[in-house]
Amino acid sequence: MDRFLDTFFNMAVLGRYAPAILDGALITVVLSLLIVSTGIALGAGLACLRAYRIGPVSFAIVIFADVWRALPPLVLILLAFFGLPNVGVVLSSFMVLYLVLMLVLAAFAEEIVWAGITATPKGQWEAARSTGLSFTRALVFVVLPQAVRMVIPPLTNRAIAITKMTALGMVIGVPDILGQATTAQSFSANASPLTLAAIAYVILFLPLVIASRWLEARFTPPGA
Amino acid sequence: MDALVEQFFNLEIMAKALPLVLKGLGITLLICAVVIPLGLAGGLLAALGSVSRNRALRWISIGFVDVFRALPPLVLLIFIYAGLPFAGLSLSPFVAVIIGFFLNNSAYFAEILRAGLLSVPKGQIEAARSTGLGRAQTLIWVTLPQAVRNVLPDLLSNVVEVVKLTSLASVVSLGEMLHAAGLVRSITYNASPLVLAAGLYLVLLWPLIRVIGRFERRITH
Repeated sequence: MDRFLDTFFNMAVLGRYAPAILDGALITVVLSLLIVSTGIALGAGLACLRAYRIGPVSFAIVIFADVWRALPPLVLILLAFFGLPNVGVVLSSFMVLYLVLMLVLAAFAEEIVWAGITATPKGQWEAARSTGLSFTRALVFVVLPQAVRMVIPPLTNRAIAITKMTALGMVIGVPDILGQATTAQSFSANASPLTLAAIAYVILFLPLVIASRWLEARFTPPGA
Repeated sequence: MDALVEQFFNLEIMAKALPLVLKGLGITLLICAVVIPLGLAGGLLAALGSVSRNRALRWISIGFVDVFRALPPLVLLIFIYAGLPFAGLSLSPFVAVIIGFFLNNSAYFAEILRAGLLSVPKGQIEAARSTGLGRAQTLIWVTLPQAVRNVLPDLLSNVVEVVKLTSLASVVSLGEMLHAAGLVRSITYNASPLVLAAGLYLVLLWPLIRVIGRFERRITH
């Protein structure tokens, strides 16, 4: 038992590295907020664009969404981080992580919001158009709000799953929670920083997971 | 443009990387073959617990599911692979990956199966019990088949996520596909092996994503 405590809950080690892990938590939170806000906005924008049903545009959007949903994010992160500098595009590891996860979330959000748009009853479109709204206004003010409301549960789940992937930044040296913890662990030769990281992630994400459970009960339309 | 092709689509380097990357693909598939059935089994147990009438069992199951859905899989994997040895428990990369992904997947499969179990009307269970089926028989022959059918698209999308998840095993140097491709990249200073691996992931997963899309449309319309 003593050995267990010394290995995973060593107070001296915990105290020494807690500030670093807090710094990491700040990076994780900032990254997550950036990814969620811009990723969902871009995905919803693409879904709207697809509603105009312009052949080549829709085709390009579908290909983008399929490819970015099929490829493991870590593959994309490594490709961007190690590949782009060779063709003259040098991005910081933070930027690479942000861009890749933002685009992955956008791909999933596009598919989810698009499903909501197609599930909105036709009568809503017709009623909106017949009051004199243009196609764009009908889409933005009538259909999109209903579509988004319908897909809040899957969108939340996906957003949580992808923000958790900010931990992948450790592989390319982003000093987020996991990055700080693995560095601290190798300096201290003790597993306590990893325990602290696990606790930090649970503190950050458990409320979101529980909230998503509540949202699911609240927003899932009856019969779905 | 030439630089782009040279750096990302260098056929010569891809050809050299191919045998190692294919061997990695074999390990990727092996991980999936072990983790998917294990995750489904663990997920089913946790899902049954989470809809049980026993309050303690229900809270333990939901707690398990929520905590492992909150922990990023890479954190779990590194904790198991790099943390446990300090306590004298050294695991091979393969075993660490299997345990980490099993815990992570069980939680996700449990949440999906739970939704499936709750989607089966109570009358089905009552009818089954009234024909003389026992509780286990009702579960196996009546509840589960309907539950699984109702959440089949979600189960399949989680399978896609598991295949993508295996790429994390490269971080603990298990020679799966991404690790193999990364190795060749670091020797050749060229990103083409990573593009090759990405292409193989696409070949593997794109058809599955399309099939899931079709399933989802059939169920919602």
